[in-house]
Amino acid sequence: MPTIGVKRSLLFNALGQEFTDEEFDQLCFDYGIELDKIEPIPESKGKDVEYKIDIPANRYDMLCLEGISRALKIFLQKDELPKFHLSKFNENQKPIRMKILPNTQRIRPIVVCAVLRNVTFNAESYNSFIELQDKLHQNLCRNRTLVAIGTHDLDTIQPPFIYDAQQPKQIKFRSLKQQNEMQADEMLEFYSKDSHLKRYVSIIQDSDVYPVIYDSNNVVLSLPPIINGDHSKMSVNTKNVFIECTAVDLHKANVVLNIILTMFAQYCSKPFEIEPVEVEQVDGTVILYPNLNDRTENVSVKKMNQRIGIQVDVETAATLLNRMSLRTEILDSDTLRVNIPVTRSDILHFCDIVEDCAIAYGFNNINKTVPKTSCIGNQFELNRVSDLIRHSVAESGFTEALTFTLCSCADVAEKFGKNIENIPAVHIANPKTQDFQIGRTSLLPGLLKTIANNQGTALPIQLFEVSDVILKDLTREIGSRNERRLCAVYYNRSPGFEIIHGLLDRIMTLVKISYNDTKSNDIGYYLNNQCEDSAFFPGRHAEIIVRGEKRGTIGVLHPNVIEQFGLKLPCSVIELNIEPFV
Amino acid sequence: MNNQKENTASACSSTTQKPTSSSLQTDILSYLSTHDELNTWTYANEHKIDHQLVIGTIRSIQSIGDIIKIEQHTNRSIAPSDEGKLLLQNGSYEYNLFQAIPADKGIEQPELMKFPNATIGFAKAMSSGWLQVDKSSKPAIVKRKVENVHDEVQNLLKRIQSLELQDASVKEVVELKKRKLVEDVIVNYFIVTKSSEFSTNIAKGEAELTAEMLQTGSWKTLNFKQYNFNAKGMMPSHGCLHPLLKVRTEYRQIFLEMGFTEMPTNNYVENSFWNFDALFTPQKHPARDVQDTFFLSDPAVTTTFPEDYLEKIKKVHSTGAFGSIGYQYEWAREEAQKNVFRTHTTAVSTRMLYKLAQEKIFKPVKYFSIDKVFRNENLDATHLAEFHQIEGLVADYNLTLGDLIGILYEFFRKLGMTKLRFKPAYNPYTEPSMEIFSYHEGLQRWIEVGNSGMFRPEMLLPMGFSEDISVIAWGLSLERPTMILYGIDNIRDLIGPKVDLEMCRQNPICRVIPAKIEE
Repeated sequence: MPTIGVKRSLLFNALGQEFTDEEFDQLCFDYGIELDKIEPIPESKGKDVEYKIDIPANRYDMLCLEGISRALKIFLQKDELPKFHLSKFNENQKPIRMKILPNTQRIRPIVVCAVLRNVTFNAESYNSFIELQDKLHQNLCRNRTLVAIGTHDLDTIQPPFIYDAQQPKQIKFRSLKQQNEMQADEMLEFYSKDSHLKRYVSIIQDSDVYPVIYDSNNVVLSLPPIINGDHSKMSVNTKNVFIECTAVDLHKANVVLNIILTMFAQYCSKPFEIEPVEVEQVDGTVILYPNLNDRTENVSVKKMNQRIGIQVDVETAATLLNRMSLRTEILDSDTLRVNIPVTRSDILHFCDIVEDCAIAYGFNNINKTVPKTSCIGNQFELNRVSDLIRHSVAESGFTEALTFTLCSCADVAEKFGKNIENIPAVHIANPKTQDFQIGRTSLLPGLLKTIANNQGTALPIQLFEVSDVILKDLTREIGSRNERRLCAVYYNRSPGFEIIHGLLDRIMTLVKISYNDTKSNDIGYYLNNQCEDSAFFPGRHAEIIVRGEKRGTIGVLHPNVIEQFGLKLPCSVIELNIEPFV
Repeated sequence: MNNQKENTASACSSTTQKPTSSSLQTDILSYLSTHDELNTWTYANEHKIDHQLVIGTIRSIQSIGDIIKIEQHTNRSIAPSDEGKLLLQNGSYEYNLFQAIPADKGIEQPELMKFPNATIGFAKAMSSGWLQVDKSSKPAIVKRKVENVHDEVQNLLKRIQSLELQDASVKEVVELKKRKLVEDVIVNYFIVTKSSEFSTNIAKGEAELTAEMLQTGSWKTLNFKQYNFNAKGMMPSHGCLHPLLKVRTEYRQIFLEMGFTEMPTNNYVENSFWNFDALFTPQKHPARDVQDTFFLSDPAVTTTFPEDYLEKIKKVHSTGAFGSIGYQYEWAREEAQKNVFRTHTTAVSTRMLYKLAQEKIFKPVKYFSIDKVFRNENLDATHLAEFHQIEGLVADYNLTLGDLIGILYEFFRKLGMTKLRFKPAYNPYTEPSMEIFSYHEGLQRWIEVGNSGMFRPEMLLPMGFSEDISVIAWGLSLERPTMILYGIDNIRDLIGPKVDLEMCRQNPICRVIPAKIEE
């Protein structure tokens, strides 16, 4: 979730109220944001601190001081939600126009725009304006892949504007804070070395055309989603702000535009008045942005009460919702009309309105009830059998280990003298470390690594694990399945095969499978040594055949394996599929 | 030579026979039976026994049982210095010098001065009036002035060595200290007193009861040695269960006691459809980023889905349905097909609920699971790429948020936690969503112990549930409460190959104690 840093003095000033840190923390808790940290501001000489506030990932309207203070003030019933509206044009005025050219459809097809007129920034609010764009870029805009924001000093550029996509060599301009003009392809090369901007370069680099916005004098406003032109750059003194959001997702572009507008229109000479911009689409249609209309939803207070488990009347419910920035009118004794402002893009369904009602009521004020649902509990049989076997193996003197499900290819292949191609493992496409390339196909590597890390322990070391391995199996819906296994190892100055062998016999006694000395038909269990496996010392290894099917292996590890795992002593092992015992 | 050898032996052994340990044991016990206490230093001196031998014997008596009590003391005393010990062996310089002078005719002074340490010896012998120097001849002749002398220095050193003389203020001792033949020392000694099982008859006795004694009946007349109950016993050979899985057992038990049925969670690989899309998690959600989730390259995709259900999911995401406006984006089947290591066991809950919704008659259920989930996280002291998720859910008609709060109180009460509070939170598939905090008495602060919520209609209605059925659910990790329970800071000390097996073997029984039922 995003974390927003705000100065305490500015926040309390905006809230029109002082709080102790504990009081403010409680307020955050009740609202569902979190006062994560309080950091000193050295310049303030102890007079001020910075609050680091965690904001839920879907509350884009609270990603800046303006939004946090507005929401909390309304929650505390010290303010009402402002009415966002579009400015009106008289007859000889026309909205600014942005024209989309066809080439953009191949790379970044959407642009939406608007203007904030006669804004008065100060250092703090200007900083907040920049920070909000950063936060939106990181979160809702998914690192500018979905939406990229460009903000410009409108007084330096001449509408109408053109949104085009051109070949990199055709685009040449001086980008933000640079001394010289660069061609767009050089520019991307340049920014691929920039610590902050390099992560955006790949969004367009491989395209044959790059998105670009020009004014009517051919001045470049921006090369979305990478960088703005230096010509139209803003400062704290900028009065008229032109905002463009280029995007691949229209819904998100609108949300981003609306958030910036509704947050900062409070600094306009006519607060909360926004000047719209006409965007001419490729097919010639013209759409006016932004769309600031509320969405309305009629809700039943009875249903709301039912879902929360409270009993509030229609007036109380309306008050509760108003406190959550949802302007609510009473229609009749059970029905509310809830106006969902553009700032609350998180409200998708009746259940979101219910949640806001519950938050305003106070989660911790809700009367707790125990569901009357009556059910008989049941265990998952495989887990029950696993637990019984775990206890039996521990009773036999073995210590239980708990090792990782993910491992490297080498852990199941090379270290056992095998080729990963021949092992039915599921492979991870995007591992962060080479330790996690595949799902384990055997429990053995984990146990051997555990011994390697515990070589100072008194001998013999007897370890076991009952857990799942993952096998590629194309007969299954997902193409893989888990298999529950028992693996046990005995590590000492001599291999102690008879002890591991004894453990097998003990387990078989416990699951009532008898030894089949004829080795001929499909009953009981026996060992088949007519097999080869590079993991084992030649001649000291067998397959475990249970009811006619191979269910496991038993034997003395090959000295190469011992060495590969950094071990020094002989070791005998058993690994057995226990699913047939369920 | 004989004389000299006798001198070299220690003062004690030269005067008494060295006692055997067992005879000394008997001596010491009989001494104690008639005395209130025994001072090892004094005892050794009085009996002219080596002090260390007395201490060793005392220790061996002590190891037998609660027979004696000992208390250590220290004392200042004097003892011959290294040089003093040489003189103790060889005699003083002046005595040896005197002996070197032929009784009749004396010796030329330069010859005499060739003897070892002659300068000191000559000066001391002269001042004692043992010698005279005839300077009439050249070189001068040194002659004995008296017929016989006693080596007083050696005698004094013997007396100091034998502890007969301990007073550092005696004039002769002060003289020897000036000559650096005697120095101050610190003596450690013990005061021994009788203890509860004191007896003079301890050394004798049989070590163990034997089969033979039982057969012959000889045990009736034999004495047996005391057992030492202060020593530790021999640890029986044993295996043990893993500390984390012992906690898992407790949680599992709690769910079973509460009437929950365990879900089959033995499928670590899941596709994005069941892991994300069915849970109303949009396809561009950060959790679906390669930075957060393990995607599979082989088998990379799933191709079979319940198609009518998939169509509903597609609709609820892209254009909205079931009363929801949806996320309004282009939903892509390819994204849903991608296989992943499941990021939560809620993927299993979703499959179970879907199955439940396909039943002709709805029957309320309570489900739980505890199993592994996977995140492509950067690893640190509290994060691993895999951990155990504990999950519980109840599906029934008209469940409320109050029901969720109520059942969470019941669940956490069984874990011994009664002070809970709930914070509004965000989660794509629950609404309302609540983070659960519990007041930890030991840490003296509120700690987050889990997440909870009511599943969204966008998740339930596409499955086919009617609108009046709600599902309340909660989840927590197994590792975090276990680390708090055991006071472990680094998760690698609990899970994985670096776990200390000795820690596992010393780990006590895990018993999570429920709090009393609230009135």
